[in-house]
Amino acid sequence: MKKFTRTKEGIQLDRRNFLKGAALGLAGAALPLNKADASFWEAFFQKHFQEMNEDEIRDVIKRLEREYGEKYKKAIKVGNEKAMPGVLFGYGLDLSRCIGCRRCEYACVEENNQSKDPQIHWITVLRFKKGEKWIDLEESEKYYNPELVPEPDYFYMPIQCQQCENPPCVKACPTQATWKEPDGIVVIDYNWCIGCRYCMAACPYGARHFNWTEPKRAPEEINPATHYLGNRPRYKGVVEKCTFCIQRTRNGRYPACVEACPVGARKFGNLLDPESEIRYAIEHKRVFRLKEDLNTYPKFYYFFAYGV
Amino acid sequence: MGPLIRNFFIALRQIFVGGRSYYLWVGFLSFFVLLGLSAYVDQLNRGLITTAMRDQVSWGLYISNFTFLVGVAAAAVLLVVPAYLYNFKPIKEIVLFGELLAITAISMCVLFIMIDMGQPMRVWHILPFIGAMHFPASLLAWDVVVLNGYLAINTIIAFYVLYRLSIGREYSMAVIGPLIILSIPWAVSIHTVTAFLYNGLSARPFWNASILAPRFLASAFCSGPAIMLILFQIIRKKSDVEIDNRAIFKIAELIAYAMGINLFLLGAEVFKEFYSGSIHSYPMTYLYFGLHGKSSLVPWMWAATIMNITAFFLFLFPKTRENFTTLNIGCLFIIMGVYIEKGMGLIVPGFVPDTLGEIYEYSPTNAEIIITIGIWAAGALLYTFLLKFAIPIYTGKLRFETKDSRGIKPQPT
Repeated sequence: MKKFTRTKEGIQLDRRNFLKGAALGLAGAALPLNKADASFWEAFFQKHFQEMNEDEIRDVIKRLEREYGEKYKKAIKVGNEKAMPGVLFGYGLDLSRCIGCRRCEYACVEENNQSKDPQIHWITVLRFKKGEKWIDLEESEKYYNPELVPEPDYFYMPIQCQQCENPPCVKACPTQATWKEPDGIVVIDYNWCIGCRYCMAACPYGARHFNWTEPKRAPEEINPATHYLGNRPRYKGVVEKCTFCIQRTRNGRYPACVEACPVGARKFGNLLDPESEIRYAIEHKRVFRLKEDLNTYPKFYYFFAYGV
Repeated sequence: MGPLIRNFFIALRQIFVGGRSYYLWVGFLSFFVLLGLSAYVDQLNRGLITTAMRDQVSWGLYISNFTFLVGVAAAAVLLVVPAYLYNFKPIKEIVLFGELLAITAISMCVLFIMIDMGQPMRVWHILPFIGAMHFPASLLAWDVVVLNGYLAINTIIAFYVLYRLSIGREYSMAVIGPLIILSIPWAVSIHTVTAFLYNGLSARPFWNASILAPRFLASAFCSGPAIMLILFQIIRKKSDVEIDNRAIFKIAELIAYAMGINLFLLGAEVFKEFYSGSIHSYPMTYLYFGLHGKSSLVPWMWAATIMNITAFFLFLFPKTRENFTTLNIGCLFIIMGVYIEKGMGLIVPGFVPDTLGEIYEYSPTNAEIIITIGIWAAGALLYTFLLKFAIPIYTGKLRFETKDSRGIKPQPT
């Protein structure tokens, strides 16, 4: 072997070795290899949420709570409450009551740990002029800002994730990072989402939001009561959405938007329970669902309790 | 296998051999690759907020380029059909360069997808078995399958042909024939699946039209061959490769037919949208006339339409398609026209107006443009290297001895 003689090839080999070394050096700089970054690799190799057993989920949650604790300097609980049997959550929104105050929108932000800079809102309230066409949403105004609401010539329509029974976003996701839970809530595993945003293209309701940068929120503003599939702090580069406040509703509480509504326009309950308020609304009011022509079967019902 | 690998590296060394202009070219491209890379590192650190994409328009320049390049890759098949099936000699001799272009275009597609991802480290989640590929429900999973399959098929065909040439043999159709036959429907499939990716979304009326996939194919069969025509002229000028004028004119003729179909389908789309005039015509109104005073794509779309129509006539008449000045003008018009039409002109109106009726005008940031140029430079670099590797073998300048090529009796003439 003439590998190490000073032939032309030899010099080339040296250069090649140099390049190899340089490449390794670069890789070393880019990828954390020391012990302190062990959780980086744990996170990297974390399995799909639905494929983990209870022990593995417990370990992941422990790691997440540690990471969040270090980041926000406070104890954050990551829950993993399962869907209750015999429960299918449904939502009702009385358009005749809504005054467009956006209390629900901001209560949602407080509850669900959305980024404040840039702002991410899971609820969008649209304003429509009375007497104009409205169901195609084309004439709606999202950025209305009057002194006082309600304005006499307008009415309002809040839109959030419709928790479709036939969700186009779930069908679109190439990695199964989003799915429909047994209680009907469409959830996202923020540790499995690759951030391709195909679900956002697929969603007919503008319900999905992307973390275009590292979500920013002051530690004192962090709600420490979280759920793995819900309001735990998110990452840069993943999609997030309304989960009907899974961290609350699976513990028998109302979603934050329902509690915040000053006029009682928001109803919530178990669609499988004939005695529930939501079932009463569906059976006794004139309900409709948004973009029913798309056959997404939302579990979010709009209705008019009394004449507008 | 040993000598094969050794010979591969000997051939690979060709990419370091070249004159001053070659090194200048490589240096020029490398500069833009590095520039793009630095912009990408910043995007990795700060997130996709360095782009102009937002929740309303959640795909932009990157996915536009991806879509255009899938078309370029699919168009390699336009050369394969006459070359292998009808044995049209002039094209058969150059089909290899089309396949190398397909390899390059698919590699660029992969890069454009990678840089568009919010969490590129998690890309393995999309793979079958080790990840959780959502097959067959997600069309994006289908796209992963067909694009990688197409890359594999073209790589195998191109490198097998090169290998046979390198030892001075004709390639055996028994070995490669089935793959070539397979590559034809496969090329159609990559573009069809990519069209279905958008087509399947009922939330986006602009994409949710049956005409999308046929139009994709028609426009791809214009832009891909137009790029090849330019490349062929460069290749035969810069190397010893001989490319028959007849091949070039034949491809130009095929482009004319494809562009004719593309324009007809566009007309069908325009008629349906504007004659019926439902709310689903808003995206197309936005494209060609602007909506609520927002009209940033309008001049681009009209430019694209005029360029496509002009190119159609240039390629339709033998007189202009067999004149290299008008031929090249036609090629440039088609490349630019289809790049606009099947890029931003296809992706952005899918999101304008958005599903809640909002109009967010997307216009790519400098960071996005620099990264995009970086990937185009990387693609040009890859194609240059592939040519450097392939041309000496193709022209017969580089031949390897094998055990059975030694001591062969010369055939009597």
